[in-house]
Amino acid sequence: MLRIEYAYWLIAAFLFYTAWRNVGERQLARATFWALLGLLFAGGDLVLAQQKAGNILPAQVAGCMVIALALLAPRLRRQAHPETASASARVASAQRLGHKLFVPALLIPLVTLLVALFGEHLSVGAYALFAKPQMTLTGLTLACAIALFAAARVAQAPLRQGLSEGRRLLDAIGWAALLPLLLAALGEVFTQSGVGAAISALAQMILPEGNAFLCLLVFSLGMVLFTVIMGNAFAAFPVMMAGIGLPLLVQRYGANPAILGSMGMLCGYCGTLLTPMAADYNLVPAALLELRNPYGVIRAQAWSAASIFIATFVIMWLLVFR
Amino acid sequence: MNYWPLLGVAVIVIGSALRFNAVPVVVCAALVSGLLAGLHPADLLALLGKSFVSSRMLLMFVLTLPAIGLLEHAGLREHAQQWMSRMRGFTLARLLIGYLFIREVLAMFGLTGVAGAAQTVRPLLAPMGEAAAEKIKPDLSDAERDEVRAVAAATDNIGRFFGEDVFIALGAVLLIQGFYAQHGIDLTPLAIALWALPTAIAAFVIQSVRVWLFQRRLQRRAALARVEAEA
Repeated sequence: MLRIEYAYWLIAAFLFYTAWRNVGERQLARATFWALLGLLFAGGDLVLAQQKAGNILPAQVAGCMVIALALLAPRLRRQAHPETASASARVASAQRLGHKLFVPALLIPLVTLLVALFGEHLSVGAYALFAKPQMTLTGLTLACAIALFAAARVAQAPLRQGLSEGRRLLDAIGWAALLPLLLAALGEVFTQSGVGAAISALAQMILPEGNAFLCLLVFSLGMVLFTVIMGNAFAAFPVMMAGIGLPLLVQRYGANPAILGSMGMLCGYCGTLLTPMAADYNLVPAALLELRNPYGVIRAQAWSAASIFIATFVIMWLLVFR
Repeated sequence: MNYWPLLGVAVIVIGSALRFNAVPVVVCAALVSGLLAGLHPADLLALLGKSFVSSRMLLMFVLTLPAIGLLEHAGLREHAQQWMSRMRGFTLARLLIGYLFIREVLAMFGLTGVAGAAQTVRPLLAPMGEAAAEKIKPDLSDAERDEVRAVAAATDNIGRFFGEDVFIALGAVLLIQGFYAQHGIDLTPLAIALWALPTAIAAFVIQSVRVWLFQRRLQRRAALARVEAEA
């Protein structure tokens, strides 16, 4: 049976491979970073199992490793490896292969979707092919493996090259890869240490009792505001969710969690369009395009962001309490 | 009520305002709010470690990198650029709306990296947009030229942002799933991704209308200039 744990082991193996290649290039900080992360991925299930059994030592070791990752992250300069094929070779290959290049990439969502929809019914004899928990992600793992084979076939390159190209991309992403993971963990720590409770107490001071609409409005505007301040909707999400989304909207007013999460996040994205803190999306393009006004892109986006926010909020309001 | 743990949020705000590396800032915020809540350091470490390993699913996108890397090696990005340059000769609105559509659909399928400010907007969309705008108003002012470029960059951002949330393996959907899972609510990524579709459609319609209004504004200005020139 294919289980999500195999995916974590696969990721761990890929992280160790990346670490090993970096050792070869004498990038020791980077090598240590990926190796530590690989250990956390390989040992994660042990940590959770031991924690359940009452032994928190492995979890403490994992906590120390997270702190070590945080200390290493600023030393990882984002330095793109040179492309492995020359520009002219890539253009020639693009002309030769055409739309075929999209096929392996599209296989990833396609196979994932098929497993998510029909995975339950797939079995060999009485032996189910996919374990129930996290079936979509198990499907994604399978899809990535299939896509890698397909890509190697289309590009007429050995599989080994896929690994080394993947490692090139991972190094280019660097510490930013860790951010969503850490922010999800932060949400949990915020809840456990009462940040969520403090925010919801503050919110309840200003919000009239029993008014779900106002509560939703404060949540959505809070997502926009925090995203504008921090420049990242992912960072705003755990704060607003632990403070207002989960305790008030979901648990008290019975909001649908899937709709609230998805559309709440999108409200945050509207904030990203408005803030100079999201430099990658708003200031860097203005510089690249040599605009006289560094905030020109934000100005061009402002009314779109406001309109998309209003549309999202209205749709959410109509659907979330059903 | 103990309000001190809220300082953890302040750590993130200050850290990002000072442009510190986000990874240590986030870990600091977790430690600060945990300590101010009166958690024992040993328990706090365990909490941090446990929360981190239970969010491992958020790194799933790493598994897509070997296939995507191989395709980029074989010219995936170059092909996307060639494909988009076929829109040369379109009117300004049709060009930008066509690009918005392609960008959003590609993002929905997880291909956010094949287009972007550096990959497609600067080399392709902005110059093509300016050429299309010159057909409407041959004497484009510098401010108008800037506006065309800015609208091109905005269109790229909007297509990417509101498409990527529909893809199940990227950060947003999994962050939402991971957050709920840690609080005992089990959702499938598909159930979350599906609810990003209404906004994806709304964003496409809204940006298309705005692009069309922008084109009409240019056309009016050009007509006005012609009338003045004749008079």
